[in-house]
Amino acid sequence: MIKLCDFSIGYGHRILISDASTTVPSSCLTALIGRNGTGKSTLLRAIGGMNVGYSGAIEIDGADVRTITPLGKAKLIAYVTTERVRVPGLSCADVVALGRAPYTGWAGSLSELDRRIVADSLDAVGMGEYAHRTMDRMSDGECQRVMIARALAQDTPVILLDEPTSFLDMPNRYELCTLLCKLAHERGKCIVFSTHELDIALHMCDAVMLIDSPRLINLPPAQLLAGGYIDRLFPIPEWMK
Amino acid sequence: MATGTVNIAMSQVIAALSGGECPPAIAKIVVNIRLVKAIVALLAGAALTVSGLEMQTLFRNPLAGPYVLGISSGASLGVAIFVLGAPLIGFSGYLVSFGVAGAAWTGAALVLAVMALVARRIGNIMVILILGIMFSSGISAIVQVLQYLSHEDALKTFVIWTMGSLGDVTFSQLSIALPAIFAGLALSVVAVKPLNMLLLGEDYACSMGLNPGRSRALLFGSTTLLAGTVTAFCGPIGFVGMALPHVARMLFADADHRVLIPGCMLLGADVMLLCDIISKFFTVPINAITALLGIPVVVLVVIKNRSMAA
Repeated sequence: MIKLCDFSIGYGHRILISDASTTVPSSCLTALIGRNGTGKSTLLRAIGGMNVGYSGAIEIDGADVRTITPLGKAKLIAYVTTERVRVPGLSCADVVALGRAPYTGWAGSLSELDRRIVADSLDAVGMGEYAHRTMDRMSDGECQRVMIARALAQDTPVILLDEPTSFLDMPNRYELCTLLCKLAHERGKCIVFSTHELDIALHMCDAVMLIDSPRLINLPPAQLLAGGYIDRLFPIPEWMK
Repeated sequence: MATGTVNIAMSQVIAALSGGECPPAIAKIVVNIRLVKAIVALLAGAALTVSGLEMQTLFRNPLAGPYVLGISSGASLGVAIFVLGAPLIGFSGYLVSFGVAGAAWTGAALVLAVMALVARRIGNIMVILILGIMFSSGISAIVQVLQYLSHEDALKTFVIWTMGSLGDVTFSQLSIALPAIFAGLALSVVAVKPLNMLLLGEDYACSMGLNPGRSRALLFGSTTLLAGTVTAFCGPIGFVGMALPHVARMLFADADHRVLIPGCMLLGADVMLLCDIISKFFTVPINAITALLGIPVVVLVVIKNRSMAA
């Protein structure tokens, strides 16, 4: 569960979000939407504990993100960035195994349990057969799945994803969101992902967090539509109507 | 150990090492010069290769290395200031070798700190590389100014040092270099897990529980000890640190540092010994050999990276 209390963030004089208080429960898939530059990534990084330049508080399962140790944080929050990682010579299983880093010893050797979790995570994203392929020869959709498997292997109640659908084609986007939905509901994870895909946010997610600077609105999709927020922030051009 | 200005038969080398019968002059050459030189070659090779590997992972840049990022130049500046200035203070003997090492460490650490600061602010790899090269050039310029202003004897010492040589290391210097390099290598072994995590980039590494300050300190400490010590005693040796980690990656077909760190140690030590033998064979500076062997590897890496990006 993620809880924001009187949360404000901005750069210099520019305020992106001010005095937001909201809760994201577990077993819930939440889409984070907003126009470019409204602070979607900034908010995700703050929740992930990688940006502490905010006022107010962020709590993960009751613990303040600012006061958790790096290791403790790694056991609570997994993060999938926009960065495309392709390390030559590193297989999918190796990448997913790195997700076990918070639980392994100084050399990072995997135990039997760790190995099983790595295999399970790859299976969960449908990449079980790719375990020994290296990532420099895989498509964007496949890479994204492996990075999600890595987040799963980290075994955290919260998973944050920054624009996971941005490099994917239409069918892959839907597949990925179906996967996230399944993980949230079946494994009880609290998943928040930022996206520009309104249709995905409004049709496939349990809740939508909308940044309407400087406000942060968190509502189920139906209520968000009824409130007229979408029409106002994302107007459809005349010629398309 | 058999090759050198004076050729010594292999049987005599073995005799000298095992304390068997051979002329005292030859025994002296073998034990005091050739043996020390061989140990230095092994150490320097391992140290430079591992420090190169650490830099490449930390900066996520295939072309990083102690030489390119200006760490060797930083160490040079430290040594220049010390060697050209030490006669004025009146240091001598053991203190001088310790001072040279200290100066090189300080110089290397300073440059590394500046590069790390720059790298954090500017994510762009090209900018960092260009800055590193500019930095090296700038430091070389300062060193030249120092040379111009300095005394003749000190100048000669320094110029010989810049040519890079494994041969001028004495027993007393080895007694400093050995523990320093071993400490650096030990730190690199401790850092295998952070290094593996850093493969995915700093953001990912932090999200997986990496303590950024501590791991950076670990890696910087290790690199400074390794590259700084080698530069202090052998002069700036190029290309080994940049090229050999790639050779190790190709040989082992792996990116896991648990394999690569020991792999780089072995490979670096072997190749350096080989370079040393070749350089003695033709009596040319070791820098020329490492460059000639290293450049094709770097060219290959650049071409391979291009085809990957395309």
